[in-house]
Amino acid sequence: MGALHRKLLRDFWRLRGQVFAIALVMASGVGVLVMALTAVESLEQTAIAYYERYGFADVFARVERAPENVAVKLREIPGVRTVETRVVRTAVLDVAGFPEPVIGELVSVPERAEAHLNRLALREGRLPRDGRPDEAVLAEPFAQAHALAPGDHLRAVINGRWRELTVVGVALSPEYVYAIGPGALMPDDRRFGVLWLGREALEAAFDLDGAFNDVSLAILPGADPEAVVGHVDRILAPYGGVGAYARADQLSNWFLMNEIDQSRTLSTILPTIFLAVAAFLTHMVLGRLVAVERSEIGLLKAFGYTNRDIAAHYARFALGIGLVGVLLGWCVGYWLGRYDTQLYAELYHFPFLLFRPGPQAFAIAAAVSLGAALLGALAAVRTAAVLPPAEAMRPPAPPPFQRTAFGDLGLVRRLDQPTRILLRQVVRWPGRSFVTTAGIAMSIAVLVTAMQWLDAIEHMIDVYFLQAQGQDVSVGFAQPRSAEIERDLRRLPGVRTTEPMRAVPARLRHGWRMQREAVQGLPARQQLYRVYDAEGRALELPPDGLVISTMLAKLLDVRVGDRITVEVLEGRRPVAEVPVVATFETYIGSPAYMDLRALARLMRERPSVTAVHLRVDAAHRGPLFRALKALPSVSSVTVREAAVRTFRDTMAETITIFVSFFVVFACALAFGVTYNAARVALSERGRELATLRVLGFTRAEISYLLLGELALLAFVALPLGCAAGFGLASLIVQAFETELYRVPLVVLPETYGLAMAIGLVATAVSALLVRRRLDRLDLIAVLKTRE
Amino acid sequence: MIDSGRRRHWLAPAPHSLHDGIVRKWEPSDALRFGRVLRSFPNWRGVAGRRTMAAMAKRPPTLRARGLCKVYRTGEVEVHALRSLDLELGTGELVVLLGPSGSGKSTLLNILGGLDTATAGEAWFLDHELSRLDDAGLTRYRREHVGFVFQFYNLIPSLTALENVALVTEIALDPMPPAAALALVGLGERLHHFPAQLSGGEQQRVAIARAIAKRPDLLLCDEPTGALDSQTGVLVLEAIERTHAELGTSTVLITHNAVIAEMADRVLVMGDGRIHEERRNARRRPAREIAW
Repeated sequence: MGALHRKLLRDFWRLRGQVFAIALVMASGVGVLVMALTAVESLEQTAIAYYERYGFADVFARVERAPENVAVKLREIPGVRTVETRVVRTAVLDVAGFPEPVIGELVSVPERAEAHLNRLALREGRLPRDGRPDEAVLAEPFAQAHALAPGDHLRAVINGRWRELTVVGVALSPEYVYAIGPGALMPDDRRFGVLWLGREALEAAFDLDGAFNDVSLAILPGADPEAVVGHVDRILAPYGGVGAYARADQLSNWFLMNEIDQSRTLSTILPTIFLAVAAFLTHMVLGRLVAVERSEIGLLKAFGYTNRDIAAHYARFALGIGLVGVLLGWCVGYWLGRYDTQLYAELYHFPFLLFRPGPQAFAIAAAVSLGAALLGALAAVRTAAVLPPAEAMRPPAPPPFQRTAFGDLGLVRRLDQPTRILLRQVVRWPGRSFVTTAGIAMSIAVLVTAMQWLDAIEHMIDVYFLQAQGQDVSVGFAQPRSAEIERDLRRLPGVRTTEPMRAVPARLRHGWRMQREAVQGLPARQQLYRVYDAEGRALELPPDGLVISTMLAKLLDVRVGDRITVEVLEGRRPVAEVPVVATFETYIGSPAYMDLRALARLMRERPSVTAVHLRVDAAHRGPLFRALKALPSVSSVTVREAAVRTFRDTMAETITIFVSFFVVFACALAFGVTYNAARVALSERGRELATLRVLGFTRAEISYLLLGELALLAFVALPLGCAAGFGLASLIVQAFETELYRVPLVVLPETYGLAMAIGLVATAVSALLVRRRLDRLDLIAVLKTRE
Repeated sequence: MIDSGRRRHWLAPAPHSLHDGIVRKWEPSDALRFGRVLRSFPNWRGVAGRRTMAAMAKRPPTLRARGLCKVYRTGEVEVHALRSLDLELGTGELVVLLGPSGSGKSTLLNILGGLDTATAGEAWFLDHELSRLDDAGLTRYRREHVGFVFQFYNLIPSLTALENVALVTEIALDPMPPAAALALVGLGERLHHFPAQLSGGEQQRVAIARAIAKRPDLLLCDEPTGALDSQTGVLVLEAIERTHAELGTSTVLITHNAVIAEMADRVLVMGDGRIHEERRNARRRPAREIAW
């Protein structure tokens, strides 16, 4: 090993505290990057493999009732490879020991042959046998939530009749990776489950003999799914088709792909911050190292080392820091990525999970981080390279402080000398002061951004569930029911108020833009389920026209006063031009509302309902649930309280964990920045501080000089960090915005307070570590040595 | 104890003495005397040597050391920097410590200045034993009683000459105005210059002004001319000579330059951790007559 290499290693060891602090910041960036990239990679790989192995379809369509021979026409569509028809219906289930009605999605499976598409990954037991209409396979999460296993029984109201079902198997399906019940926002495995029954059994139960109401298609490689969707729509329209959709719009897949996209977004924004700060820190530390080693550099050059040797020496130091950061980050990232993927696997149900991250994610992270380290080292390396040997042997001139207008201010003149030293240091090194302030500010910003999610979720719950919704229970029906059903429901035990709702599936068009959306009819003045603006006002529906969410207005590019073409996909399938009379802001979905009677006129039918919202006496819940379970054709029962709980629990499970990761990363950031700033300042001013100690200044007084400067910068960083946090949060909120939900940008004052407090504690800890060094200053050495 | 009533630095502890017994020995006449210093400014060279040895001998010694030993241990090696050294420094006395590198002069100065503690033996400042003081006590001792002048000036680059002096007067009990201290070393015209704008000799004189502005009982100068040429060095020695004469501060000056010894009342020659030789100068030679 050459002498220069040995020097490198010893420098590295001597500055290990600072190296580690920078590496920690870098590792945070690498960790987030590796985590996001490996999670993306494994989720994608898993999904692709799963979809491939179990024949996940490419196009899906639902109809009211189509004879089986329509399938032949579908098969003739160019680009179609396979067609599989099914019977799919929802039913109310009664699970022993669970008082609330459970909604089951009953999906048919062929009894005599294996399914071509959307095959089941059987986890336990077997598929239903031919001629055994009471046999059912349960979706694994649902079975687990209720501890049901093959051999157990449950009851279902199928077409108005109670049927006892026997569990024969437990399975997963690529169609239900993310299984979400009708009207729900989050998967709730206790209240919603998928059951697979024999095709013949379901045909018989729902009067669909020789017919189907659901079809899946697989297309040939290279075929355009949207073109196939168009063909399918035309063929199925006479049979009550409500619009076919491609895999990209399939609910479970949409959620999964959306999750992957969000991970990808995460992998660009946050690592950039950490790596930028790490580059600045490398710049600071290496700059100081070169300044301290001026004479050594001169000596080496005098001995005949080339400028390139010297440059390479310091560049290696930066690469060394980068390497430690990358190795640490790889480990953290691998672990986090694995954890992240497992977390996804709890929410998204796969029969297997491929976590075999390839070298790509690690290589990208390493390249980006080492690049950042080298970039940070550039200035210092260049200084070292161009330093003329003769000049390098002379000590550097003392920093030229000058009188400034600032120094002559009356205020400054009244300050004591230590405070003046402190202020002049800040003004003398504006770049470094900026980096320190910016670094601490960024860590606070990351904290604000991370913790903002918790505020946003609480706000969403508050606005969406608590303020907007006044109902306790919502009862949905598979088919539109006459308005009398509302009266029937009002007679059920404990029901105090009811409110009807009619949802109509439709295509909304404006120019070339099209959006599939249910138009929801509500009473003009709603008591329970209210059209509620995010700003907190309930909207009254005008007697005619559409009231749409701003998200839908954006998607269709319409303004109040424009007309939308509404193509109803149900009943007589009327087409009408309807004006937009108002817009409102909402966080979830892109709904469109209309007055209930106006909607009935548009449908050219008598008023009907698809859901009834109920306000219920809490004491009568049990009897009410029992009555609801027996009600025919109920397709969903949503209990608001349970929905809120599920929403909160699911969010808490995922978000809280990520927030805590980011708290750790942000602390590493604040620590890395402060520690390095203090160490560099100590290295430069150690002699000055030791001199003051000799002159009779106490430890506290010299700490004030060094740490006071840091404290000043940290306090400047607090408001900046909060502002930057708000900006970063809005950036991330925008990046994470989807058609389905938008996270509101809400930051509570407590969140700012907590972020600042955590940032200050991290800063204080690193300051205390440096303070310990201040206590060990060598007072005697300063008397003799020249800097 | 005298509370000057002056504004103290906000971090400074309340006025106090080292131990309960220590009382600053400044009389009210200080102020008068200081006025005289300022008045005599244009022709201050003649002041040296005005005090008589006899007058000084009556006062108790400022510093006493008995059997001082200092052993440095680095790994297996033991270095005996001081070997049972005895010393006395009279009040108002100017002593020059001569000796080659490694003779232990700096170690002795560090112990006397409260920067280091002896391995064995005792060192007394008036009636207080330095070896018994803890870190806070030593800090207080340095703060209230000792003035330091370093070889490499050790000025704070971010403070002007005036502010460098004010740095110390702000935490002292009964200091002179910083401008007056700078005037005493002949820098009344350069109050608002930063160290980078001053020559080496000027920087060292600012350092002397900083050391004496608190009216220390003890002025310790470690190779104050070591980094300077002869001409500039003399200016610095004149400043030390003058402040010693005007303020009557007991002064110890370390040097390896034997010529400088001629300006002392007493010369101690050190070698191998002991005082080899002690001699009194019959006449103190004024600094301006010294050259090397």
